Amino acid sequence: MSPLTILLLVEAAAIGLILLGASPKKVSLVAAGTNFLLSLWIYAQFPAGVGGYHFVENHSWIALGGLPEIRYHVGVDGISLPLVLLTTLVTLAAIWVAPAKIKRASEFYSYLLLLSLGALGAFVSLDLFFFYAFHEFALIPTFLLIGIWGAENRQFVSLQLTLYLGLGSLVLLAGIIALLGVVPAEERTFDIPRLTDYLRENPLATSQQMLPFLLLAIGFGTLVSLFPFHSWAPFGYASAPASAAMLHAGVLKKFGLYGLLRVAMPLLPGGAEAWKPWILALLLGNILFIGLTTIAQKELPAMLGFSSVMHMGYLFLGLACWNALGVSGVVLLMVAHGLSAALLFAVAGEVRERAGEIRFAELGGLARRMPFVAVAFLVGSFASVGVPGLANFPGELLIFFGSWKSQPLLTAVVVWGIVISAVYQLRAVRAVFYGDLPQHLAETGDVEGVARIPYVLLMAALLILGIWPGTLLGVVGSGVKGFLSLN
Amino acid sequence: MAWLLLLAPLTSAFLVWVALRPYPRLSQAVSIAASGLAFLTALGIALGKVGAPAALSWVDLPGLRIEIGMTLDSLARLMLLMVTGVAFLIHVYSLGYMAEDPGRARFFGELSLFLASMIGIIVSTNFVMMYIFWELVGVSSYLLIGFWFEKNSAADAARKAFLANRVGDFGFLLGILTFWATCGTVAFDPGAARGLAGNWLAPVAALLLFCGCVGKSAQIPLHVWLPDAMEGPTPVSALIHAATMVAAGVYMLCRIFFVLELSPEALSVIAWTGGITALVAALIATQQNDIKRVLAYSTMSQLGYMVLAVGCASTTAAMFHLTTHGFFKALLFMGAGSVLHALHHEQDIWRMGGVGRKMPLTFVTFGIGAAALAGIPGLSGFFSKEEILQAAARNEPVLFWMAAFTAALTAFYMTRITLVAFLGKPRTKAAEHAKESPFVMGFPLIVLSVLAVIAGYSFFGIEHLLGGHEAEGKNPLVPMASLTAVLLGLTAGAITYGRANQERIAIPLFERKFYFDEIYDWTVLKLQEESARLLAWADQWIVGFVLVRGGAFVVSLGGEMLRLLQAGNLREYAFLFALGAGGILLLLFGR
Repeated sequence: MSPLTILLLVEAAAIGLILLGASPKKVSLVAAGTNFLLSLWIYAQFPAGVGGYHFVENHSWIALGGLPEIRYHVGVDGISLPLVLLTTLVTLAAIWVAPAKIKRASEFYSYLLLLSLGALGAFVSLDLFFFYAFHEFALIPTFLLIGIWGAENRQFVSLQLTLYLGLGSLVLLAGIIALLGVVPAEERTFDIPRLTDYLRENPLATSQQMLPFLLLAIGFGTLVSLFPFHSWAPFGYASAPASAAMLHAGVLKKFGLYGLLRVAMPLLPGGAEAWKPWILALLLGNILFIGLTTIAQKELPAMLGFSSVMHMGYLFLGLACWNALGVSGVVLLMVAHGLSAALLFAVAGEVRERAGEIRFAELGGLARRMPFVAVAFLVGSFASVGVPGLANFPGELLIFFGSWKSQPLLTAVVVWGIVISAVYQLRAVRAVFYGDLPQHLAETGDVEGVARIPYVLLMAALLILGIWPGTLLGVVGSGVKGFLSLN
Repeated sequence: MAWLLLLAPLTSAFLVWVALRPYPRLSQAVSIAASGLAFLTALGIALGKVGAPAALSWVDLPGLRIEIGMTLDSLARLMLLMVTGVAFLIHVYSLGYMAEDPGRARFFGELSLFLASMIGIIVSTNFVMMYIFWELVGVSSYLLIGFWFEKNSAADAARKAFLANRVGDFGFLLGILTFWATCGTVAFDPGAARGLAGNWLAPVAALLLFCGCVGKSAQIPLHVWLPDAMEGPTPVSALIHAATMVAAGVYMLCRIFFVLELSPEALSVIAWTGGITALVAALIATQQNDIKRVLAYSTMSQLGYMVLAVGCASTTAAMFHLTTHGFFKALLFMGAGSVLHALHHEQDIWRMGGVGRKMPLTFVTFGIGAAALAGIPGLSGFFSKEEILQAAARNEPVLFWMAAFTAALTAFYMTRITLVAFLGKPRTKAAEHAKESPFVMGFPLIVLSVLAVIAGYSFFGIEHLLGGHEAEGKNPLVPMASLTAVLLGLTAGAITYGRANQERIAIPLFERKFYFDEIYDWTVLKLQEESARLLAWADQWIVGFVLVRGGAFVVSLGGEMLRLLQAGNLREYAFLFALGAGGILLLLFGR
């Protein structure tokens, strides 16, 4: 059995135990910790010099009449392995920072595990059916987590998010079907590696690629909050419980990017090239339009939500330009953004919980009362604005280098994003942690003891990848060369 | 061995951050030891005992290789000695200055982070490595300006500094990308720069790279952060905002001169930026009452001189002045800090007076620093300023006269603050009861005042380290003009402020700093604020509402979903999901 299957089974087993009545937080923590260690082991065993998929498990699952055979086919290469690591680490942190005493605790923790399970499954699946189904599977707990445990306005927000992501997934499904529809009937398969090889040898005519790529781009794009399909994200994250925001913004949202990277771009290169001007135009909306919108936010979680939308612009740029530098940067930045977004949403959760306040105007001076949380926020903020030494910087840098030669003017505008993000992020630091401490916050307490560990883990990961990006880039490079054949 | 330069302060910063913050004494010891070790390593390098290590690969991808290595040429060696030497003295001084601050462990950790970043800039072998440490210097400066983060003014100043620098770094990064795309490498390789020669991109790349210097070295129009940065503790002002970090911009220009020299147009822009900054800052300095702000504007003005020198193609003059200025400006700030320490952080020179008699050591050393800055013959500042004026006279005659006038203003404002703060009668109780600072603070003052005196002479070896005198002829009119300027400034200052108890000149334009802050508030900030609000509105009501929530279809579908949600039944959900997905697939693929 592939260790990847074990990852999935561990979380499924934990959900089973919780439903049987075991202590939800303890069981979830043990499962998440086990998976984190197991994924570290997989990473250590991964032969970085060799391209292709590893830890593969492939057998028939079901054959429905008229459909290509659906196979349980899992494996990781240099592109998906970093995302698996990201998932297990953020899952561990998200479960750790969740409150042990919460209403309907067993459901709450089950949904968190389900979310994580769905994301993991999507990242390791090499069969289009499972790839799609695992992601759908993870969306449902997201809706429920917001709708049941969310903060202000949760019903409306959850509804909006449901509609939006639901429609996005439907468009995505239509895109997958359209893609398979243009492949000759005898070559149709759900198997991603086989489909990739076939289409590499026998490229489709560009005219055939146009519609499937458009549908895939809108579908995946909606899931990653490509402008103007982003409206679900900011307030969804603002309302979600911290753990859910961490898992969705940090991990599950990367599914859309991963899909573009794994499916849409390599299978439909002609369509990608044809639609590229549109994607470039829209990502400017993420950077400039949403960047400025972020500056106008008056509450911490909403500001983090918008900022998370803005940062997707860099990733779209790296994908659209489609070369080894940019794509390596995209994988690195996906991981880095996942870590930093998780860290920042966790802090926002602590502030909401401990200070009972999220409006910038009513906050201030908290660094005196919660120095540890302030440091965590500062590290997350520096990472998010692309300060060297933290993981986001090399990711953004590689994307800029990758896109500069073909799109210098557009890249120059996007680079201005490093100024915009510094404006809103440091404003948040200033408003929440620096300056006068209002009377009503005078008793706010800090995070102490073992509760600090998830924060330390996230910060350590950001630092390690920031100082030594080569450790991950070696692995990523094998995927970029082997799977994407990019130079 | 040479890695110690970086590793010692980095380790110290990391240790203080993760473990030592509850132990101030240990933090101080570790941080001072690290800076001392860095200085000894720099000495070893200068004496030729320590060589450059092999470079490490940081990123190695097709078409882009980024190394972390060490350049230890004469330019780097001089800068290393000055930076680590001054840094060590300021670490020692901080022992006394910060003795009662409860956050001093954090302070020393952040100083170490700063020192490591600064050293990283100096030894960089390529553009990206320099950019990395360049940004880290910005971060440590942000942390140190905002060290007293509970003060609103300090928190605002820190943010302002970071943002102004970021704007400059935006240009710097684009310049790096331009260089790489044209020359195929990010290394500091004059041979590779041939790709730019004669190319229209040469001035573009040069000016974009220069943006980094405009931010970091506080040149107009990005200078507005430097005066506000004085909100940080005074040792920080001395180390970062006088002697080292702000000089990094000038150092960078010298390091990348092989790019700048490809474009005479760019050099001319650089020279004029420096010349105008020098003059405007000196004019502002004549009308400031806060002793640290006078020194801040003076720093900005002297940085303008150095940038002017680079623009006149004389990197030797720029580095010479950078080094002597590092000594005497650190000395002046620490002297001012010693006074503030004694006067319970009173910074207004009109609320001082007569401090000289109570604090003789501070007074004498401050006087030496002021004389060196003013350009009194025989002191280090005189020699280095002379070199810059010579370069200006050769290349840009108009700028030469502006620079000479600036020299007169410099002598004038230094006379003003020295007379008003140290002589006359005490104007407040605090000034009357001032006491000399402890020896840990006095000792660095003595060392630096000796350096401020002797650093200009050839036996001290700065010019030797830089590779000797420039061969070009000296214009004999230049020393005469600058001497006249200095004498005029001194006399005017002495006559105006000899026995003054209050301000005798009022020029609102200078006092209000040419209204730069007001202009920015009303244009950049307002514009950004208003457009942000407008876009947020558009996002909520146009993108969000019309595009998304419109349509009865959505509403009715929503009702169903909401009902499900309230039921919150997972099994029902999973079942429906599987049913739907399977149905769609069958529908589309079924024969």
